[in-house]
Amino acid sequence: MRGIDMRFGAVTVLQDVDFTIYPGEVHLLAGENGAGKSTLIKILGGIYKPTAGEITLDGTVIAPTSPLEANALGISVIHQELSLIPQMTVMENLGLGRYNTRWGFLSPKSMEDEAIRVLQSLSIDVSPYDDVQDIALSQQQLIEIGKATSINSRVIVMDEPSSALSERDAEILFSLIEKLKKSGCGIVYITHRMEEIQRLADRITVLRDGNLVSSGPASDYDARRLVKHMVGRELGDHYERSATQLGDEVLKLKDFSLSKRDGTRLFSQINLSLRAGEILGIGGLQGSGASALLAATFGAYGERPQGQVLLHGEEYRHLNPKRSTQKGLGFVTNDRKADGLVLPMSITHNITLASLKNYSKWGFPIQVKEDEAAMSSQQELSIRAASLDMPVQGLSGGNQQKVVLAKWMRIAPKVILMDEPTRGVDIGAKWEIYALLDALVAQGVGIILITSELSELMALSDRIAVMHRGEMVQEFRPSQYNPESILAAAMGQSNSESLTNMENHSQSKQPSAKERM
Amino acid sequence: MTNNRFAKMMTGYTGKALISLLVVILLGIIFNADGAFFKLGTHRDALRQLSVYGILACGMTLVIVTGGIDLSVGSILAVSSVCFSLFSIHYDMAPALAIILCILIGTALGSVSGTLVAGLKLQPFIATLAMMTFARGFAKYITGGQKISTYLTDADGNVIIKELPQIFQFIDSRIFGGNLTIVSVIFLFCFLIAWVLLARHKWGRELIAIGGNEESARLSGIPVVLSKFAAYAFSGAMCAIAGICQAAQETQGDPEAGASYELTAIAMVVIGGTSLAGGRGGMGLTFLGILIIGYLEKILSINAVPESGRLMITGFIIILAVLMQRKAD
Repeated sequence: MRGIDMRFGAVTVLQDVDFTIYPGEVHLLAGENGAGKSTLIKILGGIYKPTAGEITLDGTVIAPTSPLEANALGISVIHQELSLIPQMTVMENLGLGRYNTRWGFLSPKSMEDEAIRVLQSLSIDVSPYDDVQDIALSQQQLIEIGKATSINSRVIVMDEPSSALSERDAEILFSLIEKLKKSGCGIVYITHRMEEIQRLADRITVLRDGNLVSSGPASDYDARRLVKHMVGRELGDHYERSATQLGDEVLKLKDFSLSKRDGTRLFSQINLSLRAGEILGIGGLQGSGASALLAATFGAYGERPQGQVLLHGEEYRHLNPKRSTQKGLGFVTNDRKADGLVLPMSITHNITLASLKNYSKWGFPIQVKEDEAAMSSQQELSIRAASLDMPVQGLSGGNQQKVVLAKWMRIAPKVILMDEPTRGVDIGAKWEIYALLDALVAQGVGIILITSELSELMALSDRIAVMHRGEMVQEFRPSQYNPESILAAAMGQSNSESLTNMENHSQSKQPSAKERM
Repeated sequence: MTNNRFAKMMTGYTGKALISLLVVILLGIIFNADGAFFKLGTHRDALRQLSVYGILACGMTLVIVTGGIDLSVGSILAVSSVCFSLFSIHYDMAPALAIILCILIGTALGSVSGTLVAGLKLQPFIATLAMMTFARGFAKYITGGQKISTYLTDADGNVIIKELPQIFQFIDSRIFGGNLTIVSVIFLFCFLIAWVLLARHKWGRELIAIGGNEESARLSGIPVVLSKFAAYAFSGAMCAIAGICQAAQETQGDPEAGASYELTAIAMVVIGGTSLAGGRGGMGLTFLGILIIGYLEKILSINAVPESGRLMITGFIIILAVLMQRKAD
């Protein structure tokens, strides 16, 4: 791939990126969330057409315009999200899109033979006639990989293939990768796990903000150098928090754990404490369990989590969103369109949605009161809208996000859990949201903040706790903030230096630090 | 502000539905069947004939606004209709008691649908399809498949003719110098209740929020399960009231009554502009929808269009009206 440019409207996502894959190597693509990795592989896989640049495969220029076309050329991409159809059998899924047919009719025998061959190469104990939805997630992931590798590809792209795999299944994947390398296949591999980088990578390319910052043999990179390249940016222009007075403890989690219904854990044994007027940042990469932690604390999973939640020292039992709202616990979800807003409803009604009781008499909302509340929120948060009666779906991302925040500010919050409050928001609105967070903590609200932007996390948080694979691995005080070590912790790099740091902490009589580790 | 809201209403779905209604009335003026359309009696009859459907459409709107559907309304109407006849004619029950019992039975059947949809998370289509089948069977079971009328046979096989209870006559009677039937008054009353609940009560807001985005609503602390359950229970209660009116108009309880009424009720709601996907709509729109379908039927019948033609034209008009609504998006 040479000189690849990608622009969406006015936003440049990739700029003049060169990327080469040789046969029989694992080429690791590294970078923070949003660095442009996914865009690059989507171009390679035929999902996006690059704005500029060209792709050559074995010396000939290619321009795949669909995943199917890319497949036919010998490029297969294993995306993070599974593309198997849950209601169909393993065999049908493996045959999907490339049926063995005779005169247009499916030939079950040859499909079965093919499926058995793939399953054997994966050495997993699954029958071709099992429904995909009935087998474990990690096995589904392996089948997805098996599907991509069964079509004699020249280039295979794997986007965090191990994130859903258990240790044992990951080993199967690694041996599969070895086999593919021997057969002369080039592999592009994306992962956030340091141990995999060190184990698998032959060559490494680092992207940052859509630019190629470094590329070379894997032996040139140690963990520290890699992380430095990934973070790299100047952090001088960050937001300045105003100093706030910390109050009493408002929220405390004790041995808080949650597993998925199939038994895979989302997070386990989380202990944390939040004080009034404090912003606690949670760092972690995709799959760290941080989002699930916030959702579970709010009660989105109902009574499934184990452990205790304490609000103002009192145990909060029978978690559910309604009770959380009444207790002054707010939750800004990471996807405002999917589960934050009721898009066809008006701005006013979205703002009062969680606190409607306050504007009602005998259960009847009073329009004048609602209008007043919405108007004062509009002023406070400077929500830019032609009319408060218009559906919220007509607003820009930043203004929609302000409506979400306004909704939670209306419940007289004690604690607001925020998952990516600035996702998909332009820079101006971002700073307005920062100022708002600042104002909220000044009023004594406690905030737990998840953000995948390290600079944002460091600029806003009074403390940063880092999660990796469902566990709290490390906590940082402002004096220890350092993008390299935070990222290293999030990638599960246990270094001795940070361990000493933590020991110092538990001795320094800081109650929260003691509780954490 | 008020002016602004009015203007927006007229350019939106309300305006579109009003245009449809005006077109239908214009049709009535053109095909006035030798002036029959201009007679007051025609309009009184139109209102009387659409009332039972209208009552069903009131409950249906609250369900559809949540993104659900209630296919069981016609069958629950039949259950209520035979129960009311049985209680009043055979058991000589006091009218008030018979009415209350019927409404309770309707609410109970609606609650079962509500439990299936909200509690057990079955698809509304499936859950209410099952209730539609069950309630039809239940109506037939109660009556042994017979109509419940004032003619009854005693143990010896003698035919006894009972007097029609006064409540039947009352419900089908006319007031205001014969210009308005009690059935229409009941319809307008049900409409008013449904309108207040949907447009003015917290519950109505919750239903709209659930229809707009159920997960967002849940995460905003709305009791999604309870609100949805109540919508189906309310629809059941409306069916019961409609069943009582139906029994009074037919002077008997017919276990076959109300077949395919659910489709008319759904058509009324959708023609008004309430979205089947949920989250958008209201009782005002449903009122226009009820008038559109009601008047269309009336105009076709005064012009002596045979049933075959009436059905085909109605189907055509439904598509036309809904296509027009889509332009408003």
